[in-house]
Amino acid sequence: MQIVRAWAPVAITLAILAVVNVLLPSLNEDYRVHVLLDVGINVMLAVSLNLVNGVTGQFSIGHAGFMALGGYTAAFLSIRLAAYQLHGVPDAVSQGLFLVLALVVGGMVAALAGLIVGLPSLRLRGDYLAIVTLGFGEIIRVLIENTEAVGGARGLSNIPPWAGFFAVYAGVFVTLLCSRRLLASTHGRALLAIREDEVAAEAMGVNTVGYKVRAFVVSAFFAGIAGGLYAHYQTNLAPKSFTFIRSIEIVVMVVLGGMGSISGSVLAAVVLTLAPELLRALDQYRMASYGLMLVLLMLARPSGIFGTREIWELWPLRKKSKPDVDRELARPAGSP
Amino acid sequence: MKRLIGLAAAALALCACEKKTTSPENTTGATPQPAATTAAPANPAPSSDDVWRVGEVGSLSGQQATFGQSTHHGIELAMKEINDAGGVKGKKFKLTTYDDQGKPDEAASATLRLISQDHVQVVLGEVASTNSKAMAPPCQNNKVPMISPSSTNPEVTAIGDYIFRVCFIDPFQGTVMAKFAHDNLKLNKVAILKDVRSDYSMGLSKYFTETFTKLGGTIVKEASYSQGDMDFKAQLTELKSAQPQAIYLPGYYNDVGLIVSQARDLGITAPFMGGDGWDSSKLYELGGKSLNGSYFSNHSTNQDPNPKLQKFIADYKAAYGEPPDALAALGYDAMRVAADAFARAKSGAGPDVREAIAGTKDFDGVTGKITLDKDRNAVKPAVVLELQDGKQVYQTTIAP
Amino acid sequence: MSEFFQHLVNGLSLGTIYALIALGYTMVYGVLKLINFAHADVFMIGAYTGLFSARAIGGEGEGSYARAGAVLVISMLVSAGLGMLIERLAYRPLRARPRLTALITAIGVSFFLENGAQLLWSPDPRRFPRLFESHTFFLGNTAISSMQIIAFLVAVAMMAGLQYLVFRTRFGLAMRAVSFEPSTAALMGVPVDRTISITFAVGSALAAGAAILFGLQYPRVEPFMGLMLGLKAFVAAVLGGIGNVPGSMVGGLVLGLAEEFVAGYGLSSYRDAVAFAILIAILILRPEGIFGRSVAEKV
Repeated sequence: MQIVRAWAPVAITLAILAVVNVLLPSLNEDYRVHVLLDVGINVMLAVSLNLVNGVTGQFSIGHAGFMALGGYTAAFLSIRLAAYQLHGVPDAVSQGLFLVLALVVGGMVAALAGLIVGLPSLRLRGDYLAIVTLGFGEIIRVLIENTEAVGGARGLSNIPPWAGFFAVYAGVFVTLLCSRRLLASTHGRALLAIREDEVAAEAMGVNTVGYKVRAFVVSAFFAGIAGGLYAHYQTNLAPKSFTFIRSIEIVVMVVLGGMGSISGSVLAAVVLTLAPELLRALDQYRMASYGLMLVLLMLARPSGIFGTREIWELWPLRKKSKPDVDRELARPAGSP
Repeated sequence: MKRLIGLAAAALALCACEKKTTSPENTTGATPQPAATTAAPANPAPSSDDVWRVGEVGSLSGQQATFGQSTHHGIELAMKEINDAGGVKGKKFKLTTYDDQGKPDEAASATLRLISQDHVQVVLGEVASTNSKAMAPPCQNNKVPMISPSSTNPEVTAIGDYIFRVCFIDPFQGTVMAKFAHDNLKLNKVAILKDVRSDYSMGLSKYFTETFTKLGGTIVKEASYSQGDMDFKAQLTELKSAQPQAIYLPGYYNDVGLIVSQARDLGITAPFMGGDGWDSSKLYELGGKSLNGSYFSNHSTNQDPNPKLQKFIADYKAAYGEPPDALAALGYDAMRVAADAFARAKSGAGPDVREAIAGTKDFDGVTGKITLDKDRNAVKPAVVLELQDGKQVYQTTIAP
Repeated sequence: MSEFFQHLVNGLSLGTIYALIALGYTMVYGVLKLINFAHADVFMIGAYTGLFSARAIGGEGEGSYARAGAVLVISMLVSAGLGMLIERLAYRPLRARPRLTALITAIGVSFFLENGAQLLWSPDPRRFPRLFESHTFFLGNTAISSMQIIAFLVAVAMMAGLQYLVFRTRFGLAMRAVSFEPSTAALMGVPVDRTISITFAVGSALAAGAAILFGLQYPRVEPFMGLMLGLKAFVAAVLGGIGNVPGSMVGGLVLGLAEEFVAGYGLSSYRDAVAFAILIAILILRPEGIFGRSVAEKV
């Protein structure tokens, strides 16, 4: 009974995703499906970055680098796997298994990079960490540009189109689930404690560097998975897609969503992915309006869409609610 | 647990509410291979069918906007002329343009939007080959012909039989300059300065090196820069020490102008050589006199007395206040090749238009006579020009 | 060997530009602990202002030092005003909020300025006018232009002026007080708002100064010119120890020289990567930057 209770939501969600997948028009014919997948990828990126920037209170601006690593690794692998097929199973199953394999390997490579970057640099103070992650993202991009084996500046093409709605949203679901479970665990509490007061957390016996590195690695892993999924429906990867601006876009989603709020990150990712698409008709006025919109949104809701809470905590009927961390975070700038 | 269920429900509500149209197609998560063989159903055409719908994807904003806007102006001008002349088969053309900020993923979704929302019958774009390669699969899968005005990488049109271009490909243009340097200028020691961030520049320098070394020349030094850099003195100092007789610089005018003038500041007197990315009035503005004596390969010269070309230059100046660059001319030709195909096609349906575009032969464009070969690439001769005080002095013509 | 000196000259002239931009980042960071992303775009606006004011003053071709000076002053004034305006509209309302919030508005302002400039002035690159005649000298094989020497001297003068402003004037004292502890500074009668506003003005004016000196040596003005340059300058500021004025100057020079030598000795396609790698290495070895002091956190 326990097992059924634990796994029923997973099974139900996957089943519903499969049904929706059948009902949706093909990715290649409908622009809206394409945008829907872009939304999914950005949700994954925002939720995973939220673990570091939102929950743990660190400041990473190199998420696009992890995404690129995962994406390129997965694509590189699946281009080679595409020539094979597993015996005795239908084509679709074989492809699905290959996709999962490629994604996991991509995620692991990104996670490993997260470990390598995180171990020395998470001892640094906030803004210095930001610069290290920024530098890391740029280095990854320059290395890709100079690597002929993955197409260099030209990009990597002919990636097998294995990811569709089901794959991307299963990825979103797993990311949300893991993120949620992590937050509810001892780990999550430790991470929140680090955000609220690192010194106090340390004094309470929290191994701050260890927890920060772990959060960083998990976050990088999911960014890598997102990159892999992205590669498998775009079918093209180019270093241009993984610039510093891309990392910034993800940071904006986390902050706008409210630091540490998963549902906030999701909502902000949805809004900020759809907004430029809706603004597309504005042509060249689009990016200027987007910039203005960011400023106005932040001025109107300075602590993010939901503050640091989750969407369901806003319902007045709920009695359970977290202490108001907003006030605590709102110390005047410059004070220690 | 309840929260988990709530979360799942929220995630699902999020997905489900996006579902607006349904179609019985596609029962697996896998999407069709971007190969020529997959059959995709034709898009339902909208009821009002009194115009030819043309889509364009270009970098109208972002760091590559200067290229995207030139192309856009060329396309716009061609369309206006055709429409003023009464259109094709009594129907006028309608252009829908989307900005991709120079990003490949934006280019792909913009293309899909053009095809599935705006039901365009032909797609024009992009400048950068990376972006064109992202646009090609949606066009190919939906059987909508795509004409790239200026993506020179061979891989672009290899994606499928619906993808065309009206410009040179890298192997040809790189070869042209190598032959010219060796045969006409009698050089045998050349250095290369290429842009690692541009597939165009990388392609040209690759084929230049191949041909030039085959002809017996030596590449004495190679250095690179990244599009948008401002300081090139380090690389130039390095090249200077190798004492080349000339420097091959296949980049775009905005960088080239700056590079050549910095080279002269450092005392490098060797001439520079480049490709059609140099063709812009901005080049002279940025580089000034330092460009004198440099050579580049191009589609045509603006001194060509061809009345069609001179009329285009005059009209473009009148409309946008500056002389057209190569990208504008290629955008103009891409639009006119498309219009010409609509005039010859049996109907406006994708396969018929594709057929007509593939049959383009000796089309009299402002960038030369355009014939599309079996690989859907334009075959046209290139000219080599020398720069003298902002004037382009004709040197020679090299046939493919 | 002559190459070595040429790289040294190139690196120094690039490094002074980085240093001037880095000063703006460092000053704002000092008082607000905010990474002012829009700073790079104030630099860009400074370059455009210089371009337009040079045209308005006229006399292209027969430039003079007086004309160059006038262009410099106009551009610095306009940028100072813009810097104060940005602070007032986008940062001040959020001052009591978490720092990341203001960071996002900074990014928004940056997007707005870049894309707004593109709409207003077209994405085409423009040539920055030569404000005065430049002569190139050859010392052996090493080329040095009078432009480079003048730019270097002007930059050093600006930095010396800033050093004086920060450590020898009442405003400097107020600025350091706000940087140390804003609430206490306010209790001591320091006008915090005005001090922050002037800090933005000074930083932005320095950016405009950098833009003019930059335009003279690298004469291309375009809407996105600040993006990568700003990033590098920010790196330079952190390298020297962010919030530390002399540190930024040293950081800028170190970064300029490092880039120039890396690109000059065969690694030109890895130029940016190596610059960032050096940065990471320095930060890991010396987390507070070359000149920064490590501050013990108060509990």
